[in-house]
Amino acid sequence: MWEQIRANQRRSVILITGMVVGLILIGALAGGAIVWPTGVSFGIGVALVIWLIQMAIYFGGAESLLLHGAFAKELKREDSPQLFNIVEEIQLASGLPFIPRLHLIDDPAPNAFAVGSKPANSAICVTTGLLHRLNRDELQGVIAHEMSHLKNRDVQFMTLAAVMLGSIVILSEIIVRTMRFGGRSRDRSESRGGGGQIQLLLFVLALIFAILGPIMAQLLYFACSRKREYLADACGATFTRYPEGLAAALEKISQANVPVSFAGKATAPLFIVNPLAAASDGPALFATHPPTADRIRILRSMAGASLAAYESAYQQANGGNLIGPESLQTDPATPIRPAADDEPIATRQEVHATALRAHGYVPVNCSCGTTIQIPADRTATAVQCIRCGTPLPIPPVIARG
Amino acid sequence: MSPVLIVLGVLFVIALGVVGWIVGAYNGLIRLRNQLENAWAQIDVQLKRRCDLIPNLVETVKGYAAHERGTLEAVIQARNMAVAAKGVADRAQAENVLSGALKSLFAVAEAYPNLKADQSFLALQEELTSTENKVAFARQFYNDSVMTFNTQIEIFPRNVIAGMFHFVRREFFEVKDEAQRNAPQVKF
Repeated sequence: MWEQIRANQRRSVILITGMVVGLILIGALAGGAIVWPTGVSFGIGVALVIWLIQMAIYFGGAESLLLHGAFAKELKREDSPQLFNIVEEIQLASGLPFIPRLHLIDDPAPNAFAVGSKPANSAICVTTGLLHRLNRDELQGVIAHEMSHLKNRDVQFMTLAAVMLGSIVILSEIIVRTMRFGGRSRDRSESRGGGGQIQLLLFVLALIFAILGPIMAQLLYFACSRKREYLADACGATFTRYPEGLAAALEKISQANVPVSFAGKATAPLFIVNPLAAASDGPALFATHPPTADRIRILRSMAGASLAAYESAYQQANGGNLIGPESLQTDPATPIRPAADDEPIATRQEVHATALRAHGYVPVNCSCGTTIQIPADRTATAVQCIRCGTPLPIPPVIARG
Repeated sequence: MSPVLIVLGVLFVIALGVVGWIVGAYNGLIRLRNQLENAWAQIDVQLKRRCDLIPNLVETVKGYAAHERGTLEAVIQARNMAVAAKGVADRAQAENVLSGALKSLFAVAEAYPNLKADQSFLALQEELTSTENKVAFARQFYNDSVMTFNTQIEIFPRNVIAGMFHFVRREFFEVKDEAQRNAPQVKF
């Protein structure tokens, strides 16, 4: 696995460097086109300032922003011991040196994602819709997929790449808008001669870069995103030794057909299955995820539970290589383990109760069989049962450990 | 510049490269070995945890199914053997026996609806199921690490470094012949 991670990091550095160079190039060209030659350094300056602002957001806790935006609540062990157990199991299987935190989103659409630029910030987020649909094997598969993203440093890389992409898009926007003014200043300087020719050339080049840059960056970003999804599937299947778990989970997630209410265009690549894409719409080149049907087919045609088995299944389906030869060299041939339990790990009601508990609600049980959920900001000390009218005491607020 | 200086310079650069490679290879092996030892420690933690959970489980089951004495005693005995076992191979053997005993205990529990509805039994069952999984996953990661480590110290040219610093092959955590171990003793 080390080789795989190192290869990923190498690719990350190449991509990020490429994007930084692109950013500076666009800035320099645009600056030069507007005022030659002093504008060049000014353009680079603007590009770097945009980049710095974006990096500040990235290092200043983009994950908490993301989790808050999705109304995710952190889970404690007592909320769902089984989910915590599954995470700990996969952590052991993956050899990840830290345990990510767990968050729950109260949403009927089944999905999951992982965030975290560094170990201390990393978290895996699941929806209530996911928990009541999947059995233990399938949930293991999903958690293993997300854990692979964390282990392979995909999350770190994709967030950084997203930051770079955002910077390039913003810069291009600025350039296209200022070109109108730039056009006027060009007319004036042209009469003075000298830099006129160069400026015209730069003007055209800047315009081409400003238009093509974001598209190219996006294509690169999406290509990386797709490859990393396949890789996370491969690692997830080897961690659990049970590819069918992840395959069945992907099938359930893609067939659920419940719209996700909390995903935006920017966060879509993070999810295990793209929450916005209705499977096949849009060209494959602009897809953040590989077609789910392909991912399922590859997982199901694996002859064993090793990386080599995934590699050969991948080659048969898509052609080309996915996993580096170094990783395959020390990859032990491992059989697929038998299936475990078949029941979903929790009922809809149980998952709902967990979500309420995570949001600070306290259940009060009445002897008539009714359960009343008291919200976190309670001030009353008693409540009347809504069914039989018995007054019930509300336990005092206890800080969640 | 005299040719002697040039030759010396070239030799120096080569020596620098060799030293750099040795440092890199050595550090890589150390990292693998630490990962291995950490993986072994993880197995140990999970096995200990399983042994700690068993007395509670036996007590809970006794409350509902006291006359399943044979099954309960088998579990206790297997647990005590696992606690006493020393060395990788012995340990693996004892733990596998314990896994089998626990499996039959949970199979027996199926016949007692009251036991199956007991909250503390359910919690214990979840904990033990998960601990079983954790043992399996930790073992799996340990064995993968052993495999990588053993390959790394044997392939050329790393084996030179491994020989120099006395890196030795590690043992896998597994039971070699499961069928033989489980075969019933038949006496005539």
